[in-house]
Amino acid sequence: MATEINKQLGDNVFLTTIDAAASWARANSLWPMPFATACCGIELMSTAASKHDLSRFGSEVMRFTPRQCDLMIVAGRVVMKMIPVLQRIWLQMPEPKWCISMGACACSGGVFDTYAVVQGIDRFLPVDIYIPGCPPRPEQLIKAIMDLQDKIKKTGTYDAREFKLRILPDGPKRFDEDELVRIRERNGFKLDEPKYDPIH
Amino acid sequence: MTAATNMKEVLESKLGGVSLVWSAFRDQNRVAVPVSHIAAALQTLRDAGMDQLVDITAVDMLEYPGATDRFEVVYLLLNTTSGERLTVKTHVNEPELKLPSACPVWFGADWLEREVYDMFGIVFEGHPNFKRLLLPDAFESFPLRKDYPVKGRGERHNFPIITRAES
Amino acid sequence: MPLDLIDSPDLDAGFREGLWTLNFGPQHPATHTTLRLVLQLDGEMVIGAEPDIGFLHSGFEKLAEVLDYNQYVTIVDRMNYISPMANEIAWHHAVEGLLGIELTPRCKYIRTIFAELMRIHDHLLCTGTCVLDLGGATAFMYAFNEREKIYEICERASGQRFHTGYTRVGGLLYDVTDDWIKMVRDFCKTFPKAYKDFAGLVMKNRIFVERTKGVGVLTKEDAIAGSASGPVARASGVERDLRRDEPYLAYNDLDFDVCCAQGGDCYARFQVRMMEMLESLKIIEQAVENLPSGPVFISGTGKEGLPDKTEVYRSIEGLIHHFENIMPNRQMPSPKESYYGATESPNGELGYYIVSDGDFKAYRARTRPPSLLHFSLFSRMIRGCMLSDVAAVLGSINIIAAELDR
Repeated sequence: MATEINKQLGDNVFLTTIDAAASWARANSLWPMPFATACCGIELMSTAASKHDLSRFGSEVMRFTPRQCDLMIVAGRVVMKMIPVLQRIWLQMPEPKWCISMGACACSGGVFDTYAVVQGIDRFLPVDIYIPGCPPRPEQLIKAIMDLQDKIKKTGTYDAREFKLRILPDGPKRFDEDELVRIRERNGFKLDEPKYDPIH
Repeated sequence: MTAATNMKEVLESKLGGVSLVWSAFRDQNRVAVPVSHIAAALQTLRDAGMDQLVDITAVDMLEYPGATDRFEVVYLLLNTTSGERLTVKTHVNEPELKLPSACPVWFGADWLEREVYDMFGIVFEGHPNFKRLLLPDAFESFPLRKDYPVKGRGERHNFPIITRAES
Repeated sequence: MPLDLIDSPDLDAGFREGLWTLNFGPQHPATHTTLRLVLQLDGEMVIGAEPDIGFLHSGFEKLAEVLDYNQYVTIVDRMNYISPMANEIAWHHAVEGLLGIELTPRCKYIRTIFAELMRIHDHLLCTGTCVLDLGGATAFMYAFNEREKIYEICERASGQRFHTGYTRVGGLLYDVTDDWIKMVRDFCKTFPKAYKDFAGLVMKNRIFVERTKGVGVLTKEDAIAGSASGPVARASGVERDLRRDEPYLAYNDLDFDVCCAQGGDCYARFQVRMMEMLESLKIIEQAVENLPSGPVFISGTGKEGLPDKTEVYRSIEGLIHHFENIMPNRQMPSPKESYYGATESPNGELGYYIVSDGDFKAYRARTRPPSLLHFSLFSRMIRGCMLSDVAAVLGSINIIAAELDR
C-alpha cells in the first residue's frame, strides 16, 4: 500500500524552493510594456504579429499602461525630449521589473550621434538585456526574451531581495574622465596636453 | 516655361522697381526677393495661382563659399492645377532676423515657420502661435546653424540617473 | 453646444470652466509613434487640439551636413520607417537631379518596383494598425502576413530586411537575381487573394465604416492651402500625383490610374489607400514583366557611379575606381547650386531640398516631410469630433514620428 502511494506521489509531486517556483512563474508570464518610439517598434509589432508570434513564449500580453507591466521594451531611439517621459514610465512600473533595450539606438545612440539623441538609455536607466541590430530581427527579440526568462529563473527571489542588492544601473558604466588621465600618466604623457573629451 | 515667364511678368509688374534676381537650374526657376518685399511678393504669387506652399526652409550661409548674407529663407511654391513650381528666396542677416509671416497667405505655413525658428532662430512676425516646435522649450541654441556642433553642447547628457535602488 | 457658439467671445465663463483638458500621449498605443496632443473637451466632443511634437527629433538634417550623398542613405532609411526604401529612392532622386545623372533603364525599373512594393507595405501597416485601434485585431494579422513577404523580397535584394540601404548615387547596391524576380512574381500572384481577405475585413466591417465615415473631414480648399499631399489630399479631391504629373523613374512607360475620392473623411482616405494598393500591384506586374537587361550602374569608368563589387575585389582598376569614388577628397564634384527633388512617397510628396557647395556632400539637405504638414492639419480635422474619433483620424493621416520630427 505504502509503495503504491509513493509511486503515485512520485509522478505527481515536485519538491522545490518557493524562490524557484516564484521565479518560474514570473519568467513565463512577462507582461511587456512596449515603449516603441521608432523603427524597432515596427519590428516589435512584427514579432507580435502572425509570422513570428511572440505568444509562443509567454509574453504576448502587451499592456500600454505601465502599472500593469513588468517588462519594459525600449524599442527605438530616445531623445532629449523623451527621456523624462521614459524615466517616469519606468518609475511607475511596479516591482519586480525588467528592461530590454532593443536596437542599436536604444543601446548606444546607434547612427544618431547628434545633439538630440541620448547615447544609450543605460546612462539614465537600469537595463537587463541589450539587443544589437538596427533594427534587430524578430528572432533576436525572441531570443532576448528567452534569455531574460533564464535570467529571471536564475536570479529571482520570492520577495525580490535581488533588486535591493542591485544599486547601480546594469550595463556598462559611464566613462570616467579621470581614468583617462590616469592612463595617460601611466604611459608617460604630460597632463597639460589638451584633455580628450570623451563626451564630444 | 511659358508659365514661368508669366509669373515673372506678374511679379515684376506688381513689384515695380524692386530688384528681383531670377535664375534657373535644370528645370527649376528661382527668384530672389529682398526681405522688405517678401510679403507682397508671396501674396502676389498666391493671387497669380500659386495656391500651395510646399515648404519653407532656411539655409545658414556662414560657411558657404562666396556668400554675403547669413541666412537664406526659401519658399517652395506650387500651382496644384498646372503643376508649375517656383522657388522664392530671401536673405536675412543678424541682428535683424525678422520676416513677415506667410500664415495669412497659406495657413500651412504655421508649423513650417515654427520649425525654421526652432532650427535657425529666424523670427516670423505676425505668426499666431509662435514658439519652438520640435525641441524642448528649455533648449537655448539653434541646432542647424553652422556654428552649432553636430554632437551638441552636452545637452543630451544632462538628465538625472535612475538606479535600481531608486526605482 | 455647437462649435460656432463656442468660438464667440461673449460665451459665459461658467461654460468655459466646464471644459476640460485631456493629455493624450506621448506614449499611447493609438499614436503608434511618439507624439502628444492636448485636447480641449466639452463633454466627449473635441473642441480644440494642440499637438506637441518633437519627441523623436534626432537631428537628421544636421547629420546630412556631415555625411556624403551615399552615406546619408542609411540615415534617410530611418525616416519613414514603415516604407524605408521609399525614402532612399526620394533622396537619391533629389541627389541625381542635382548632379544631373540619368539612370540606366534597369535601375529605373527596379527602383520603380521597390517604390511600389513600399507603397503596399506602408498602406498595409497604416490600415491594419488603424483597424487595430478601432477594435479589430484580425486585419492587423493579415496585413503583417503580407508585409513579411515584402520584407523577404527586400532581404533577398539587399541583405537587410528592414533598413535596406539599397540605392546608391547612380545605381543600386547590387543587381537583382532571377530568384528575386521569381519572388516578386509570386507575390503578384498571391497578393490579390490576400488583399481580398484584408479588404473584406476592413472595408466591409460595419464597425469600421461607421467609425470612419464622416469623421475628420478635410475640405479641398483646406487640403490645398494647408499643403496636404498624397493620399490625404487625393481623398479630399485634389487630383495630384507626382508619378503622373512630374514623371520620374519608369512611371512614364507604365500604365496606372490616380486614385481619388471625394469625401475628405477618414473613410475616403482609407478608400484611397486600399485602391492604391491595387494600382501599385498593377505597376509591379508591368514593371517586372518588362524589366530591361543591362547594368544597374551608370557608366563603368566615370566618377558618377560606384563600380561593381566583384570588380573591386578582383581587379586593380576596379579598386582604384572604388577608391576614387569613396575617398572624401577625390569624390565627384557637384554643382554649386540648390535643387529640390520630390517623389510621390506612400505618404505624400516627399522631397529633398539640397544646397551644395561643390563637395560630394550636402551643405544643407532639407527634408520636406509629408507627415509634418498632415499633422499640422490635424487640429482642423478633429474639431467637432468625439474623443473616440481621435484614434481614427490619427490612423487615417498616418503620422510617422521619425519623419514628423526628423
